[in-house]
Amino acid sequence: MSTETLTHDEHHDHGPESGLKRWLFTTNHKDIGTLYLLFSLLMFFVGGAMAMVIRAELFQPGLQFVDPAFYNQMTTMHALIMIFGAVMPAFVGLANWMLPMMVGAPDMALPRMNNWSFWILPFAFTLLLSTLFMPGGAPAGGWTMYPPLVLQLGDAFPFLIFSVHLMGASSIMGAINIIVTIMNMRAPGMSLLKMPLFPWTWLITAYLLIAVMPVLAGAVTMLLTDQFFGTSFFTASGGGDPVMFQHIFWFFGHPEVYIMILPAFGIISEVIPTFARKKLFGYEAMVYATASIAFLSFIVWAHHMFTVGMPLSGQLFFMISTMLIAVPTGVKVFNWVATMWRGAMTFETPMLFALAFLFLFTIGGFSGLMLAIVPADLQYHDSYFVVAHFHYVLVPGAIFSIMCAVYYWLPKWTGHMYNETLGKWHFWLSTIFVNVTFFPQHFLGLAGMPRRIPDYSTQFADFNWISSVGAFGFGLSQLLFVYIIFSCIRGGQKATDRVWEGSHGLEWTLPSPAPYHSFETAPEIR
Amino acid sequence: MTTGLTSAPKRTFVARLADWFRRSAGALALLCLSSVAAAEWGLNMTPGVTDVSVEVYKLHMLIFYICVAIAVVVFGAMIYSIFQHRKSKGVTPATFEGSTKVEIVWTSIPFIILIAMAIPSARALIQIEDTRAPDMTVKVTGYQWMWQYEYLDEGLNFYSNLAIDSNLARQLGSEIDPESVENYLLEVDKPLVVPVGKKVRILLTSNDVIHAWWVPALGGKKDAIPGFINEMWFKVNTPGIYRGQCAELCGKDHGFMPIVVTAMADADYQQWLDEQTGRTADLAEPADTGSAVTQTAVVDDRERSMDELMAAGEKSYITHCSACHMVNGAGMPPTFPALAGSAVATGDIAAHIDIILNGKAGTTMMAFGAQLSDFEIAAVTTYERNAWGNATGDVVQASDVRAQR
Amino acid sequence: MAHTKDQYYVPHGSHWPIVGSVGLFLTMIGASSMLNGSATGKFFLIVGIGVLMVMVFGWFGVVIRESVAGYYNSQVDKSFRMGMLWFILSEVMFFAAFFGALFYARQYSIPWIGGEGNNFFTNLLLWQGYESTWPTNGPAEVGGDYEAMPPMGLPAINTAILLTSGITITIAHHALKDMNRRILSLGLLATWLLGFLFVGLQAYEYMHAYEAMNLTLGSGIYGSTFYMLTGFHGLHVTLGATMLLVIWLRVLKGHFTPENHFAFEAVAWYWHFVDVVWLGLYIFVYWL
Ligand code: HEA
Ligand code: HEA
Ligand code: HEC
Ligand code: CUA
Ligand SMILES: [Cu+2]
Repeated sequence: MSTETLTHDEHHDHGPESGLKRWLFTTNHKDIGTLYLLFSLLMFFVGGAMAMVIRAELFQPGLQFVDPAFYNQMTTMHALIMIFGAVMPAFVGLANWMLPMMVGAPDMALPRMNNWSFWILPFAFTLLLSTLFMPGGAPAGGWTMYPPLVLQLGDAFPFLIFSVHLMGASSIMGAINIIVTIMNMRAPGMSLLKMPLFPWTWLITAYLLIAVMPVLAGAVTMLLTDQFFGTSFFTASGGGDPVMFQHIFWFFGHPEVYIMILPAFGIISEVIPTFARKKLFGYEAMVYATASIAFLSFIVWAHHMFTVGMPLSGQLFFMISTMLIAVPTGVKVFNWVATMWRGAMTFETPMLFALAFLFLFTIGGFSGLMLAIVPADLQYHDSYFVVAHFHYVLVPGAIFSIMCAVYYWLPKWTGHMYNETLGKWHFWLSTIFVNVTFFPQHFLGLAGMPRRIPDYSTQFADFNWISSVGAFGFGLSQLLFVYIIFSCIRGGQKATDRVWEGSHGLEWTLPSPAPYHSFETAPEIR
Repeated sequence: MTTGLTSAPKRTFVARLADWFRRSAGALALLCLSSVAAAEWGLNMTPGVTDVSVEVYKLHMLIFYICVAIAVVVFGAMIYSIFQHRKSKGVTPATFEGSTKVEIVWTSIPFIILIAMAIPSARALIQIEDTRAPDMTVKVTGYQWMWQYEYLDEGLNFYSNLAIDSNLARQLGSEIDPESVENYLLEVDKPLVVPVGKKVRILLTSNDVIHAWWVPALGGKKDAIPGFINEMWFKVNTPGIYRGQCAELCGKDHGFMPIVVTAMADADYQQWLDEQTGRTADLAEPADTGSAVTQTAVVDDRERSMDELMAAGEKSYITHCSACHMVNGAGMPPTFPALAGSAVATGDIAAHIDIILNGKAGTTMMAFGAQLSDFEIAAVTTYERNAWGNATGDVVQASDVRAQR
Repeated sequence: MAHTKDQYYVPHGSHWPIVGSVGLFLTMIGASSMLNGSATGKFFLIVGIGVLMVMVFGWFGVVIRESVAGYYNSQVDKSFRMGMLWFILSEVMFFAAFFGALFYARQYSIPWIGGEGNNFFTNLLLWQGYESTWPTNGPAEVGGDYEAMPPMGLPAINTAILLTSGITITIAHHALKDMNRRILSLGLLATWLLGFLFVGLQAYEYMHAYEAMNLTLGSGIYGSTFYMLTGFHGLHVTLGATMLLVIWLRVLKGHFTPENHFAFEAVAWYWHFVDVVWLGLYIFVYWL
């Protein structure tokens, strides 16, 4: 086998292999990027379908469709799939496609491992999804997996733990690959501070991943041993503490939410200058702000746990450190606005998504800041106000940035322009419906509706049906997204190499569609 | 379902649809009149009825307005830019790329704003955390899925479950219109009763998984963690009934373990307390909803008729057992066994009483011995042995249960 | 065009990663089913581990052949090195989770159960009479009476063994750079022998603890943290010693040059990492 590899290595400039083997065995960053992106799209639909079950049940008070146990399975799986299956792989997919092209490298630094980090994922999610058909059903303890509740799962329990291990392994390998590519594969002359922001934000994200995914693995391993091997990490009678799990989990969990937003910041920082036809304002400040956010993200985790009975000093510390994150995030927002200021803007679909991101993420950030205020969080915590907060930063935040990136780079990937009219339709439908879905949830939370409940008292009925209508609308609009992508792959107006009038950066110096191998000889950066 | 408990109004599909449209139209109308909407829909946090909750409400409004103010500035600049600085207006893009001075400005201003927000927050927090010098203490224990209240100084102890009509209406496919149930999902069989104007300290813990005790009007929530005790306190200013819910995912019926706090004038509270502890009330019959047991030593061994036992048994069953074994006795195998046709519920009576009294270690089948009276256990046993086709014809009396305690 | 040193080597399609994924998948299914008490679980587990072994040998085999064939230029070498360093950092964070659990239990949960801080009532109402100490198996004395592991004796010897092995591998590294292959192979031999000796002694310590001291995984939080930390460390030592063995065999076959010996260094780094973790363990688990 290996001799075969060695002999046919003699020639170098070959294209892809044919058929299934191309996708199973590929070491090409573009193939792997495509796999990641398609996988993430699929998972977005699976997770979204679960969200539709949630919203259907919440459409009216009373239980109409599912029993409470299944409802909990849906929320848990929805979150796990969206986070680990949709958002994270989408960002890794974008990194795979774009980083080598943006830093002038022939491929990712460790191509075989790159393949492995992708191909673990379908198996991990097969494990996870298979639990839906097991006795006792799928994981239902919330994506946060708090003990002792999570220990009440049926056969799903070890499958949940091991699939989390696999997702972690995949993320760590992906992160290592990205760091090494950025640190070792930049074209000569591209110093770190000449690097575009998307690689920058990904570099920092990758550090976060390496630092926190193993901690998650450790946390769930302790769950496993508590369940099967008699350890007492999370049981008071043996000297442990259920809250200890929450600390370890959120030490992972909070950086994790920035893992889902920093690459988005990178994308927005690429797109806004292009369509404002003006250089990014305050490039270095942007880099430092990203780094500060990443640093701060390690010391704020307990803001998810203000109600667990922490000592006062702990609550004050975590309140203040959390509030501080608003400062570097604010710097980013202000710099984007300053980039638009006195530019010459046009509003193609990617720019529209970037602008919606800017507005709606900021709204989500404000509600985050409100959550950080401990006395107020004692009311907000575990209510729909929190659900509204994180969907604002995740859906019109992370998801919109991914859509923005897809529209922005799709012509480079496929060589065709997407259908701009349909793109605009997709944008407006998504933006309107996402607000209809999630804005009323602020009111629900403030009025006292707890999260993670399948049925509610009648006073919450009105905002809930509005939210459900919005969710169905948002979901259906995404069918348009898929249609636009696939018709763009199949054909369409030829894209030029630069694609956008204001585009800047190495990726636009390559032909559209980008050749199978990127920079076989490194470009020179002045 | 053997008795008439489930005869609440049913809804046909058409009626539900009509209702849906009615509600939609109403909602749209309200959306237009947003001020009315604010009043009727509960758009905002409640100021509540304690000093702390009012404090929290003010803090919430303060940070909200600060955020709105910042939003007006930031979004204003963006919107202005979007409309003025567009290519279609023929502008040429400026070339500036950054300025350390403005970076410093827009780093420091938010920083100062944040400090200004942190100060009142810290002050409020210190007040909230001060659980010293309470006038009375109640220990609250979360169970899957009910609350236990122990008045530590008064020796009063009872459980609080979802009220029976909510419980019937919330079953999947019950066809009972939630709108027809008063305080749907926010009613319990036996509320926590406290006096107004007294500092009530709550000691929170849990018997199984983590729960959280949340009554918005009292100003916040706290987790009930197995093996640990968390403290919180409140001092209600106005008499009234305040409703809340469990706020930490605790399994299947997390949505169905409400909290009701009745705050009374001190005199009324004392009277209530006497009724509960002074054994003045008629203990022969359990309170209307089936579970108002206080820990008393009074023995009540009266013989009851089958009908009487079945009726009381059904109530108790729905309140205490249906969460796991389902209203129709079908359970949710494999986790929760069916009782319809179960070997235990149709076999040896002693074994049946035993599992109810003592539970089964290592499973969620808990011991109900401390929670239910002899009569209630007798009733529920009788009910289980004769409902859903378990036609054993056995009648279990309170004395049988007593004998097995 | 042949692969030349001036170009970054980008390998072609490889089937090893997907083999590895299938192996992981089977292993996980097997382990899960076994834990759920299914009889077929073991079968999946064994096949899965088998597939993983094949994958490891096959994949490394390819890399070694490519390396020997001279496909890797210094930039590729640097990628490997960076990759290994970041991998080790992720391992450090994995251990950090368990050290975190240890510190949390000792600093917070146990004192709280003992009534400190804002947990006066926790002790009074739930765990009356419990006084916080370390080591402890908790207020319910989970697992029954046990003896704590003393720092002297075997653990001290093990510390000496690991520290010595850190020296021997450094000697080997210098010998490699100085082209002294005899010392190189002797140094490596000593290192992996010491490694396996450590594992053997650790296994003996475990047996003694289980049988004579009634110190088990189930001995409350002390037993949990003790075995999880030392156990995962032991697994890593086993892995490291195995890798040292492989490297030693490769040295015997004449692999590695003073300029080109990434695999050797990777394993050496890994070994130092395992060493440092042990020092942390010795201090915080056995000693303090
Ligand atoms: C992409 C994901 C993402 C992002 C970016 C954020 C960003 C932030 N989040 Fe959020 N959060 C989540 C995802 C995210 N969050 C999730 C998933 C949960 C729930 C998990 C669960 O329980 O299931 C959660 C929950 C959560 C909580 C716990 C709530 C609770 O359970 O009680 C808190 C509390 O502090 C919080 C705070 C914040 C803060 C302060 C930010 C900040 O980073 C926001 C900073 C941004 C701004 C503030 C706006 C822009 C700034 C300016 C314009 C400058 C000027 C502004 C001021 C001076 C105010 N978040
Ligand atoms: C990146 C993360 C992410 C994303 C993208 C989403 C997307 C969505 N989420 Fe979710 N969500 C979480 C992360 C995310 N969520 C997390 C972490 C939780 C907490 C879980 C917990 O409590 O443990 C949560 C919980 C959560 C709840 C609260 C449940 C509860 O507490 O009881 C709700 C309720 O409305 C909800 C709704 C939605 C909706 C409507 C979408 C929509 O944006 C989804 C839209 C997408 C689609 C719909 C798919 C595409 C279209 C089709 C499949 C076509 C068919 C469509 C129709 C038939 C209409 N989510
Ligand atoms: C929180 C969940 C829960 C509640 C509430 C509950 N049970 Fe159970 N019950 C169980 C479980 C789980 C079992 C199975 C125990 C086992 O594994 O044998 C069980 C078993 C039983 C059995 C034996 C059935 C058989 O065939 O093995 C009887 C009888 C029973 N319960 C009666 C009751 C009664 C009466 C009540 C209320 C007063 C009640 N249960 C409330 C969870 C519950
Ligand atoms: Cu109890 Cu949720
Ligand atoms: Cu957070």
